Amino acid sequence: MKAMELTDLGPLFEALHGAGRTVVGPTVRDGAIVLAELSSADDLPHGWGVELEPGGYRLRRRSDRAAFAHSAGPQSWKPFLHRPRVKLWEADRTGDGFQIATDSPDPPRYAFLGVRPCDLRAIAIQDRVLMGGRHTDPSYAGRREGALIIAVNCTEPGETCFCVSMGTGPQAGPGYDIALTELLDDGDPRYIAEIGTEAGAAVLADLDAAAARPADVDRARAEVTAAAGRMGREMPAPDLRDLMAGSLGSARWDDVAQRCLTCGNCTMVCPTCFCTRVTDTTDLTGDHAERWQLWDSCFDPDYSLLHGGAVRSSAKSRYRQWLTHKLGTWHDQFGSSGCVGCGRCIVWCPVGIDITAEVDALQAEADSP
Amino acid sequence: MTPMTPVPYRVAARRADLADTVTLTLEPVAEPIAEPAPGQFTMMYAFGVGEVPISVSRTGPVLEQTVRSVGAVTRAVCATAPGRILGLRGPFGTGWELDAAKGRDLVLAAGGIGLAPLRPLVLAALADRDAYGRIAVLIGTRTPDDLLFAAELDEWRARGAQVEVTVDRPAPGWSGHVGLITGLVGAADIEPALAAAFVCGPEIMMRVTAQALIGRGLPAAHVRLSMERNMRCGLGWCGHCQLGPLLICRDGPVLPYERVLPLMTVREL
Repeated sequence: MKAMELTDLGPLFEALHGAGRTVVGPTVRDGAIVLAELSSADDLPHGWGVELEPGGYRLRRRSDRAAFAHSAGPQSWKPFLHRPRVKLWEADRTGDGFQIATDSPDPPRYAFLGVRPCDLRAIAIQDRVLMGGRHTDPSYAGRREGALIIAVNCTEPGETCFCVSMGTGPQAGPGYDIALTELLDDGDPRYIAEIGTEAGAAVLADLDAAAARPADVDRARAEVTAAAGRMGREMPAPDLRDLMAGSLGSARWDDVAQRCLTCGNCTMVCPTCFCTRVTDTTDLTGDHAERWQLWDSCFDPDYSLLHGGAVRSSAKSRYRQWLTHKLGTWHDQFGSSGCVGCGRCIVWCPVGIDITAEVDALQAEADSP
Repeated sequence: MTPMTPVPYRVAARRADLADTVTLTLEPVAEPIAEPAPGQFTMMYAFGVGEVPISVSRTGPVLEQTVRSVGAVTRAVCATAPGRILGLRGPFGTGWELDAAKGRDLVLAAGGIGLAPLRPLVLAALADRDAYGRIAVLIGTRTPDDLLFAAELDEWRARGAQVEVTVDRPAPGWSGHVGLITGLVGAADIEPALAAAFVCGPEIMMRVTAQALIGRGLPAAHVRLSMERNMRCGLGWCGHCQLGPLLICRDGPVLPYERVLPLMTVREL
């Protein structure tokens, strides 16, 4: 496949904006690298990196002007595709019942710039849940089908990253329209751009970019390969699905429940967690009703409520639900793991629970006679 | 119109079955939903109040749903007067798959409101009476006053079903069985090895009933249960109805006993 060299991302922004796309990518805001609408390449976090640890996230200055040498931030692309709040419809009372109006605005046409390989896989996993079954979520599908994905191969994994052991990175897998690799020469970035789809090829064709030199393509590959050796974490190797299924009675759940605050942060930052609640409301007159779909968390005590009470009332059972679903029963339900190794749940856990360490402990318990 | 949009249905008739339980006959205002199979459920919407998953209690030309008032939404659904409109989405989930039991004796065991999802199965089996062997309907309720569809049971008997009822607490004038539904299992006039069982009720009731039936020699592979979990969408999107590897709205609610047993025995799964 032909690769191009981009010495500057300015023309790419112009092409994307010219095509009527809203460009979303990483930028520095509120002391973090967040994903937000970008107006130009100047908005990218040039020269910023991050320091990650369980329960900790700090920006740090880099000695170069790299734009993508930072790990996953607090957000994934989830809020842009699977929105936290969606109004599904509204209805007005009529003489004997009600009349429903479904509002379906044209979805935005996004260009996602800087999708890391872990997050690229996460989008594919959410596609399977929200578009791949018998019923398609129209809000998600509309946004997803209109999105152009410009991935960035990862050359700078963080301290909490473990994409290699989940098989999701640091090289971008299928699903991108364009994949960039950032090369630094004397601290200044340039990019090797590889084409994934015809839509991606059409964007690059407008840029008047030069073909990449084979030596640079090889160097880009080598840097990504080298990044695979610098993962901060590793998920233990055994069959996680079997381990989870066999660990439902493990004593480790009591241990983690002593630390877990059941705040649900892990589910909010997780790029694959998809759970929602459906909430019906009325205005004060009672004559106008709305239905909203809101992000929900399996850590919420009401999540499993039946008329007799919650099925999972203890913290232990809720943490177990989250982890065994993510690593185990997701396979049964949707044909893959629900974890991409981005490490967000480790970083944004207020008490620093590390799922790789929890799995280690479950494995050790399973191995002990 | 999306999978989240309720389809308007008019309440054609409302029958108060019990102090807290109502059966609604529902007719589409315009386009109907697909015809539910016995064992499937719909999401019933009461305007402005909310939506609840309810199994159909009659299907075919006449659609009925039997609802027990246990919370705000079921209270509003139960209170809906004839002529008023509710919303339905569905049908969702798996059915009882009665066809797979052709030629076998049938045992239908219900605990409380669990008789409602089994009623369309009784009616389907009686409508095709020659396709099945003996049919035993076992019903457990709290008191004689809690017996659902009491006026229909004699008709079921007349059409060739054995119907046995047991109550937890008898009342004056009650001369029938007293005690757990497992006490009725021995009274079912069936050939266990050649029978299929369909069980719906509280989880513990389903477990002990299935065990008692299997104890009599009914093959475990021919026992099906109907499971209940919190449901918000019915579409497999919301995650709430998980039971281990299962999404009850998609993989259930009717499931093989052997598939569910290892999941039912884990606390708070």
